[in-house]
Amino acid sequence: MVSACPACGTGVLAGESFCERCGHDLSAAVTAAACAACGSAAVGADGYCENCGMLQPSGRDHVETDLPGLAGVSDRGRRHSRNEDAMALAAAPAALLAVVCDGVSTSARPDEASQAAADTAAGVLAKRLADGDDPQAATRQAVRAAAAAVADAARPGEDAPACTYVSAVVTGRKVTVGWVGDSRAYWLGTHSALLTVDDATPGTHMLTAWLGADAGEVVPHVRTFTTDGPGAVVLCSDGLWNYYPEPESIAANALGQAPLAAARHLVRLANEAGGHDNITVAVIPFGQGEPGETTVAFPKERSD
Amino acid sequence: MTDFSVRVDQNKYLPAGSQEVHAIVTVEASGAPERAPAAEAAEVIIVDTSGSMSYGKINDARKAAQTAVDTLRDGVYFAVIAGNHQAEVIFPHYGRLAPADPESRQAAKQAIAGLRADGGTAMGRWLRRAADLFSAHEGARPGAIRHAILLTDGKNEHEPAPEFDANLAYCAGKFVCDCRGVGTDWVVAEVRRIGSTLLGSVMDVRRPEDLADDFRAMTEAAMGKTVADVALRLWTPRAATLNFVKQVSPALEDLTGRRTPVDELSGDYPTGSWGAESREYHISIQVPPGQVGQEMRAGLVKLVAPATGEVYGSGNVLAQWSDDPVQSTRINPRVAHYTGQQELAELIQEGLQARNDGDVETATARLGRARGIAERAGNDETARLLAKVVEVDPETGTARLKRVVDKADEIALDTRSVRTVRMRKDPEG
Repeated sequence: MVSACPACGTGVLAGESFCERCGHDLSAAVTAAACAACGSAAVGADGYCENCGMLQPSGRDHVETDLPGLAGVSDRGRRHSRNEDAMALAAAPAALLAVVCDGVSTSARPDEASQAAADTAAGVLAKRLADGDDPQAATRQAVRAAAAAVADAARPGEDAPACTYVSAVVTGRKVTVGWVGDSRAYWLGTHSALLTVDDATPGTHMLTAWLGADAGEVVPHVRTFTTDGPGAVVLCSDGLWNYYPEPESIAANALGQAPLAAARHLVRLANEAGGHDNITVAVIPFGQGEPGETTVAFPKERSD
Repeated sequence: MTDFSVRVDQNKYLPAGSQEVHAIVTVEASGAPERAPAAEAAEVIIVDTSGSMSYGKINDARKAAQTAVDTLRDGVYFAVIAGNHQAEVIFPHYGRLAPADPESRQAAKQAIAGLRADGGTAMGRWLRRAADLFSAHEGARPGAIRHAILLTDGKNEHEPAPEFDANLAYCAGKFVCDCRGVGTDWVVAEVRRIGSTLLGSVMDVRRPEDLADDFRAMTEAAMGKTVADVALRLWTPRAATLNFVKQVSPALEDLTGRRTPVDELSGDYPTGSWGAESREYHISIQVPPGQVGQEMRAGLVKLVAPATGEVYGSGNVLAQWSDDPVQSTRINPRVAHYTGQQELAELIQEGLQARNDGDVETATARLGRARGIAERAGNDETARLLAKVVEVDPETGTARLKRVVDKADEIALDTRSVRTVRMRKDPEG
């Protein structure tokens, strides 16, 4: 359904380490990475960059997912001791989808919360879309399931784990965005735009909504837009937009590149700007094939 | 075949923002059960026959050179050069190296027996002559171990400095040369320059009658070499700068200026030929400032054959920034030991220089401190020689120069100041 296991052809989810049917190790399929510090392609098998010498991050410190039609990069940044961001991507026949979650640092085990939310949501999205649900309904189901997964992770005697959520489902020339918290979606194109409105007290990083046992009932924002031409959707955590809040500046650094190259480039820019937070960027380019059919100005909301 | 192992001793942890990385690289070559095939070894024996060698010294030099010839294995290619203000190949007579066999050894020893002390001293010319012999041999037998022994007793008086410089530069890389100074009229700094350039040892031989044993030992050591022209290849990151590369054991040798670039980020430093032995190098690299938690490779050290690109061994010099001062302020004991050994050599050389310049105060301070370091670090021989130059009151610690110092002791102290001792097993004990 999502992408195929290279060994047995069963549908597997991006981010999964092993095929559930045949147990094939999927990590080997990950594209050889460029250096997270300097961008050089010369990274030795021992993990050190052959240009700048930096040891490449391992495990969740630096994660890259490269699928046909979309890619994402999640990085620890330069100041935090671990990566509390998570992402999950999938390339299904009818839709490309991506989820980015940012664990709330002051909560317990935010890294587990974000990973559980992203994996759960991507799984639900892929299944619902395959079953014929429309993207908006699928997104609401996905957020509900992700919120439940994070809430279930709470243990007595500690602050409930919490994280943000943003997802994008791209079908044809439409994109459906859902979010809770301050992780963002951008449209990059002729008229680049921020597609989300942060659930946060303006001017601060105080969240007014999140996923977690202490969040009450989570009501996601869900919106569908139609493109006005070729471009790309970018999902990101605040590790990127703290430094690059303007859609135009993100567009200038991402358009015209393959999705993985664009995501790596944006992550590197955020690191070079200071890397004070974890950085996660997912890039889904689309619409390039059919500009002649474009009739609707972007962004135009379909609902909510 | 010879196996090389490379070990790196360092404290990789740096405080945030710190940029200086130090490491001691120990290279051990071992497992050479079969010796180098004889035909792949070449030896040139250079004997000083200047006028000052008369009165007995020439006699001992003859014996020493003959002993060296006797020590050559069958099939080793060799020649003997007599040096004064000129250089004469006294054996063989056909301008190439001769393979050792009973007859050639006999002929060479006969030629040596005929040596007479007469004329001046021009060591650069002797070496150039040896270099040409080696070059011709190398053309026929690439990869041969090329080694020379140079014996002198005097100052390089009959060769203008620019010519000496040019001759030395001409010889660099063509062969390894161990140097011996006999008597008290030779200049340590001059001979040390030869040893440094040609990657060989320099030692004083106090009594001419000890020469024969010394020549035998040197020739045997040369016969034990199995790999020629090994380079230490050092890669450093693009944003880093190299502070220095020094051999620190068995003797100090600054290799920093001897770099041959390999590519933008790598360079080769010559180490000469290797038998079963171990040497240590001190490498210091300036890296760009890093963030706490980051780790970088500050250097990649390899032992290579530059001609073929074969890599014999390699090791990583690392840097990791830490906000734990317990981690980042610790100095690696081996780095500390060899830093101390370098300081000791500097103190001795500066102290002796000051003493010769009549600056008693500086000489006393430097040599007095040197004696303390030598005793604590286990440089027993150096401490013994220092004791002949400077007295230290055990009660007050006050140092005083001795009035009368045997010139041979001073030369020995200067010559051996660059020889280091290995770290004691238990540095704290």
